[in-house]
Amino acid sequence: MLVSISINGQVYSHDVEPRLLLVHFIREYAELHGTHWGCDTSNCGICIVLMDDPQSDQPPYPVKSCTMLAAMAQGYEITTVEGMAKPDGTLDPIQMGFHEMHALQCGFCTPGMMSTGRWLIERHPNPTQMTDHEIRDGISGNLCRCTGYDNIIKAIRWAAAYIEEHPESARTAR
Amino acid sequence: MATVETGPGRHPEWYAHATGDKFGKIADAPIGFGHMKRKEDARFIRGLGDYMDDVRLPGMLHGAILRSPYAHARINSIDTSAALAHPKVAAVIIAKDLETLGLAWMPTISYDTQAVLAGDKVRFHLQEVAFVIATDAYAAQDALQLIDVDYDVLPAIVNCRKALDPDAPLIRDDKVGQTDNLASPLWEAGDKANCDRVFAEADVVAKRTILDPRSHPCPMETCGMVADMNPATGQLNIYNGNQAPHAHRTVYAQVAGLPEQNIRILCNDIGGGFGNKVPVYPGYVCAIAGSIVAGAPVKWIEDRSENLASTGFARDYLMYSEMCSKGGKITGLRVDTIADHGAFDSTAQATKFPAGFFHIVTGSYDLQGAHCQVKAVYTNKAPGGVAYRCSFRITEAVYLVERMVDALAMEMNVDPVELRMRSFIRSDQFPYETQTGWVYDSGDYHKAMKLAMEIADYEGLRKEQQEKLARGEMMGIGIAFFTEGVGAGPRRHMDILGLAMNDGAELRVHPSGKAVVSLSAQTQGQGHETTFAQIVAEELGISPNEIMVRHGDTDKTPYGLGTYGSRSTPVSGGAVAVVSRKVRDKARQFAALMLETRAEDLAWEKGRWYVKGDPERGSTIESIAEYAYSASNLPEGLEGGLDANAVYDPPNLTYPFGAYIAVVDVDPGTGKVHMRRFIAVDDCGVRINPMVVEGQIHGGLVEGIGQALMEIISFDEQGNCLNASFMDYLLPTALECPEHGFELGETVTPCPHHPIGAKGVGESPCVGSPPAIANAVVDAMYHAKGVKHMDMPCFPARVWAAMNGREQPPQ
Repeated sequence: MLVSISINGQVYSHDVEPRLLLVHFIREYAELHGTHWGCDTSNCGICIVLMDDPQSDQPPYPVKSCTMLAAMAQGYEITTVEGMAKPDGTLDPIQMGFHEMHALQCGFCTPGMMSTGRWLIERHPNPTQMTDHEIRDGISGNLCRCTGYDNIIKAIRWAAAYIEEHPESARTAR
Repeated sequence: MATVETGPGRHPEWYAHATGDKFGKIADAPIGFGHMKRKEDARFIRGLGDYMDDVRLPGMLHGAILRSPYAHARINSIDTSAALAHPKVAAVIIAKDLETLGLAWMPTISYDTQAVLAGDKVRFHLQEVAFVIATDAYAAQDALQLIDVDYDVLPAIVNCRKALDPDAPLIRDDKVGQTDNLASPLWEAGDKANCDRVFAEADVVAKRTILDPRSHPCPMETCGMVADMNPATGQLNIYNGNQAPHAHRTVYAQVAGLPEQNIRILCNDIGGGFGNKVPVYPGYVCAIAGSIVAGAPVKWIEDRSENLASTGFARDYLMYSEMCSKGGKITGLRVDTIADHGAFDSTAQATKFPAGFFHIVTGSYDLQGAHCQVKAVYTNKAPGGVAYRCSFRITEAVYLVERMVDALAMEMNVDPVELRMRSFIRSDQFPYETQTGWVYDSGDYHKAMKLAMEIADYEGLRKEQQEKLARGEMMGIGIAFFTEGVGAGPRRHMDILGLAMNDGAELRVHPSGKAVVSLSAQTQGQGHETTFAQIVAEELGISPNEIMVRHGDTDKTPYGLGTYGSRSTPVSGGAVAVVSRKVRDKARQFAALMLETRAEDLAWEKGRWYVKGDPERGSTIESIAEYAYSASNLPEGLEGGLDANAVYDPPNLTYPFGAYIAVVDVDPGTGKVHMRRFIAVDDCGVRINPMVVEGQIHGGLVEGIGQALMEIISFDEQGNCLNASFMDYLLPTALECPEHGFELGETVTPCPHHPIGAKGVGESPCVGSPPAIANAVVDAMYHAKGVKHMDMPCFPARVWAAMNGREQPPQ
């Protein structure tokens, strides 16, 4: 079947098997390898990408791309890690925060973790005031074996503070 | 030597702002040791890492493995005809096809043999039976369903205690002369007679049977390989994220009978290892055989169930133990252990030590006698016995001794910290030879323990515990003090498959003064590209941003045994320091020519040689590098160029240590353990990059929390693996960790024999935290309910059962 998905602002149209998972569409057809997979059972969050429903005014939300068929993403806007930075190369604050706070080691869970982190900041009315529990709860669908999470929490706080200082650095609100 | 750090963002305004203190500024790259943000981050935060599954080669085919539904069964026949008829299938490989290639069985790293694909019978649930190669990964999975295998089911053994029963079914009937399920002969350490004497004279003896249950390292990236055999040239390129690429190359040369010079292993980025990526697995051999048979590159990537059920489990040690005291001090320890190795013994260890470094079991204490013995058995469980973030069974040893100290303190009715303080090896006793033959290099245990108590407010915690107890609440405080032996190892004692456990390094300083250092160690996320550049920077005064660290390509890096057992800094770090000093010495010869003086009249300060007594006259390393490549009048015996090689043979292991305190609250109604606080004081000697060290500690602590509270691979009576997905094998999320973060402290006792005084740290937190947490849970149950022991993992159903005197599910 023909599936067309907009990923990072570019539309990818491919004739695929109906059973094709979104993660495999992103990796094999769009050839964007920054999105990884880790478990097949929706537990680890390695494959998380941000999905934006053009019909909704909610900010783009994280989905586990191993648990969606590619066909289900038709008509949505997907943002992967490759689409986080601005076209001029300026990093998203969440990317800066992960580097500043040593919030990654092997880097395998990082794209999914950053996607969730960015959603946490965007959906929160007052992101710099998020409690430790709110952040921990927010990222509890993402597993990381290297960092022990403490620095990831610091990185999300760093990004929230940075966005407060630099409102223009936040993603363009729709 | 001004350095401009190349920040990850190109936006100048961001860069100016991001380096402001408000946003957690970390100092600019130091010329040497100190806080430095990681160089490797730049590609990872952009999603530009290059992991194994990202490899795409022209004409590449995809492999998938058919696995056994039974734990123990005879194979009558395998019918692959329907699978072969699938339009997208290129080949199906079974054991008898491998026999013709001589690849049906492979050697393990413990001198055992392991079936690559089961031919005669299957010996564990989900064992490899057939390998399908198809044009896409989905079709390969489809074709697995088309293979028909006829089995006769045999009784399975999954309990190590039953493996040696006289009527137990023989698991390894493939091995000539094997008549029982003993995997290796009884192995002993320590003087038994002396130990018996110490026990005879003891005041108090504590006895416990302790199981360190089977768990799994679970890196977020599973194992896999792309094998690319070029039929025209005979060149085999292997893309495979593993922790020891050079050793793997040698093993493949032996297994496949291929010339070693024609094998090239390329480890690009690795999504975590933790011991899981040390061994060679059947899937790897299948991918290589598949590429030979199909004449095309073959990719095989295991899924999570395959990872959990078939590759690289850890622990599974059942330990009968006694510890005794005399005059209020710990005096003796004896341990009798059954090691469950599964169906094939592929334990990762040095040849001389079949139970790994388990005999470091005397821990941090000045004992009068100790004896430990280990016998290993075969069971119908997955093979392995890798070290899950630990140095060769040290986790099991530390878990045992630290649980036993708490047990003894309970019997003596003294505070567990007090008993440790009385019994520690004193700082003036180093170097200290233990009852089982280890020579500890350096330490100040009392200081580290005191610091941990101070951070924790230990007395305050005990008071709070009493108050809570009076209100019917359950709170536990758990102590663990570990000593690890890492950085294997001295070649006179340690080898794997005959390969001495040394590491190489090669350093080239280019004419511009920039450098490339090549390592035999292999990063899986530890930050080698940053910290090893910092070692060269410290030794030569070149900015770490101007030093490229190369690893992971066996054609371009020197031989060495890889990264596990916390050996990167102790061994490869030693090699890098030594090779840097060789280059520095060579630079001195050039500087003498440049300054028209004798080499012995020069003195070194970071980055330059200068004339003693006339410090203004000197040559920087940059100017020396340029001279080394351009000078036209070199004296005889002095070669141009500025580079060197080194192989580092560590004179001893290094012995990092630490004092850990865990604080838990246990729900008396449900048995749920709430991990409230964790205090970790680590002494890993000199810290190259404190940020990286602390990151390693955080990560290891969470893996320790997982083992203590959640992680177990268990089996039913038929031998079915019950935890083959993340739905059943639970890993800690951010919510299971202390809400306000870990509380770290440090002491620094440099390693006396390491070139830069470092000891290694990667595994310490994962070694020290399980006993601290288990001790905390038992402490809570003991004070509230009188319960004296429970085995990990302490998840609610098991804790509830333990405190209510019921049998603990499931084991």
